[in-house]
Amino acid sequence: MPRLTDANVTIAKEIIGRYPRPKSALIPILHLAQEQDGYVSEDAMRHIAELLGITPAEVYGTATFYEMFKFEPVGRYCINVCTNISCQLLGAWELLEHAEHHLGIKAGSTTDDGMFTIEDVECIAACTEAPALQVNYRYRYRVTHAEFDLLIADLRAGGLADEIPPHGTLARVRQRTPQNWADTGRTAQAEVDAR
Amino acid sequence: MTDTPTPTSYTVPGLVPTGPRLITARFDVADGFTYDGYVRTGGYTALRKALTSMTPQQVHDEVRTSEMQGRGGAGFPAGTKWGFLPPDVFPRYLVINGDESEPGTYKDRMLMELDPHQLIEGVVIAAYAIGAAQAFLYVRGEMALAQERLAQALNDAYANGLVGRNILGTDFSVDVTLTWGAGAYIVGEETALIESLEGERGMPRLKPPFFPAAKGLYMQPTIVNNVETLSNVPWIINESGQAFHDLGAPTSTGMRMFAVSGHVNRPGVFEVPNGITTFRMLFEAPEYCGGVRHGRSVKAFIPGGASAMWFFDEHLDLPLDKPTVDQAGSMLGSGAIVVMDDRTDMVAACWRVVRFFARESCGKCTPCREGTTWLERILKRMLDGHGRADDLATLLDVCESISPGLAWPPRQTTICPLGPSAVSPIASAVRRFQHEFEHYVQHGRPIDGVERHAIHGAGAHV
Repeated sequence: MPRLTDANVTIAKEIIGRYPRPKSALIPILHLAQEQDGYVSEDAMRHIAELLGITPAEVYGTATFYEMFKFEPVGRYCINVCTNISCQLLGAWELLEHAEHHLGIKAGSTTDDGMFTIEDVECIAACTEAPALQVNYRYRYRVTHAEFDLLIADLRAGGLADEIPPHGTLARVRQRTPQNWADTGRTAQAEVDAR
Repeated sequence: MTDTPTPTSYTVPGLVPTGPRLITARFDVADGFTYDGYVRTGGYTALRKALTSMTPQQVHDEVRTSEMQGRGGAGFPAGTKWGFLPPDVFPRYLVINGDESEPGTYKDRMLMELDPHQLIEGVVIAAYAIGAAQAFLYVRGEMALAQERLAQALNDAYANGLVGRNILGTDFSVDVTLTWGAGAYIVGEETALIESLEGERGMPRLKPPFFPAAKGLYMQPTIVNNVETLSNVPWIINESGQAFHDLGAPTSTGMRMFAVSGHVNRPGVFEVPNGITTFRMLFEAPEYCGGVRHGRSVKAFIPGGASAMWFFDEHLDLPLDKPTVDQAGSMLGSGAIVVMDDRTDMVAACWRVVRFFARESCGKCTPCREGTTWLERILKRMLDGHGRADDLATLLDVCESISPGLAWPPRQTTICPLGPSAVSPIASAVRRFQHEFEHYVQHGRPIDGVERHAIHGAGAHV
């Protein structure tokens, strides 16, 4: 199981530098690990603990609180169907049922080819565009059953690769840290180095 | 697929122009989210004005004069909140709450995706007013496009000397750290958000003693403001706090964004005169939602997010005014209105809102952790046709344990309001539609004439 690559360690150290205290960088670096592997591996969590000067248990404790972190591989595309109140009123459960039949899996599981995971999720802030879903956290609005089938076909054919990166990648633009960042950041890195 | 956003083009779903637009004007500008588009349309003039011709105190005074109520849910006046910082305690921090997750709420995401520079400008001005040396912009984890747009906007703002060291050549400096969560509704609660920012599980802190203004992030003085709140700040500085105050009603000043979803003909996000517009106008006027779909009537509506008590037809003519809605027994909360027509299954609607709270309870306080789970289970077995004779009594008994007296505002047995929020839909729906719950228990199915969803019986996914 993979640790963070050298390139990602460099990014992780830059992230740590943007916080007054290193542990604040934990969630962003967990996202980085998930971006690297599609999920958060145990080795990655041990490595993150080393980088932050905390214990693996502390990393695991925080990581497991948050729904987006996956601890085993999921599909290349995670399809999150919102079933909360506004979407329920406009056919979300029917859409989810259709998705389950179409892909031949139940919500919360992954297709055998490792392409798709479907989940029944809470409100994704697209309430006026119900029923809504996200594919790797990219939105699709007012989804009809036929549109869902088309979406799956497009994803299988690789037609949406430009818009929708594989699971784990969120923003494709990273914040850059300027040279003259406040002293607080350097203090955080020094704190880790001192341990 | 309709209304599909792509990285290069973005159609604004359902936004209708309805008068002065303070913070949504740039939504129509194709490149309004870029640095060039923002500057071309008057962006960063307020920042220049604040930093070069106003003292921090004067900026604070303008926001105080505006009497802008916070847009995150609690509705506390932003200017007053800023005044709670203890003098001479440094460092102090500004935290921006972009963790929009309240069911029905959909406005902060639009502001972050479509006008990220407006937010950043508001953040830097607010940091100047309160003397913060660092700000943390916390975006909800699930909002990939908002994160991407804000990252690009921040990089551009840094490159143009609008954030960072010696902004616009003045001696004011502030760094803004963009960060995001990883899926947890409770992190929208300000002390839970602070915990999350410290790399911890997002569990609320007991307050008192830890009011963030006195002891927040790293136990330092911290102001937590909502995205919509800070997005209004550039306009207030450009046009004055009094001009903001003059819009809307004296008790709910300014314009305000409301998302109206559910059974209306044209659901959408509207920036409307706060305190003046009524629910009926929003639902029926052609420039807003254009009526309930299929010519039906309103059976119930949620006026301010899933945590709010539900309203019914007798509340339609209430204005969107904080004190009025508070007095009527609910809240405007996060500006999320969900309309349910006369064919809505009240038990199913109630269950779905309760399941949300059961799933999102952080588990710190027993009445919430255990109570919300029990409420969800009882409602689900009613829906599945296995309701028991004493279920309704048990339901109300559990509600009573979480929020004694089922009062509004709720009496809390928990650290934060999440637990009592789960009681709101039940207290409202049972009070008005008790027969629907009883019918489920007696006959194992909803009353005649309501729409059924695929959640019943074998279709369950919970």
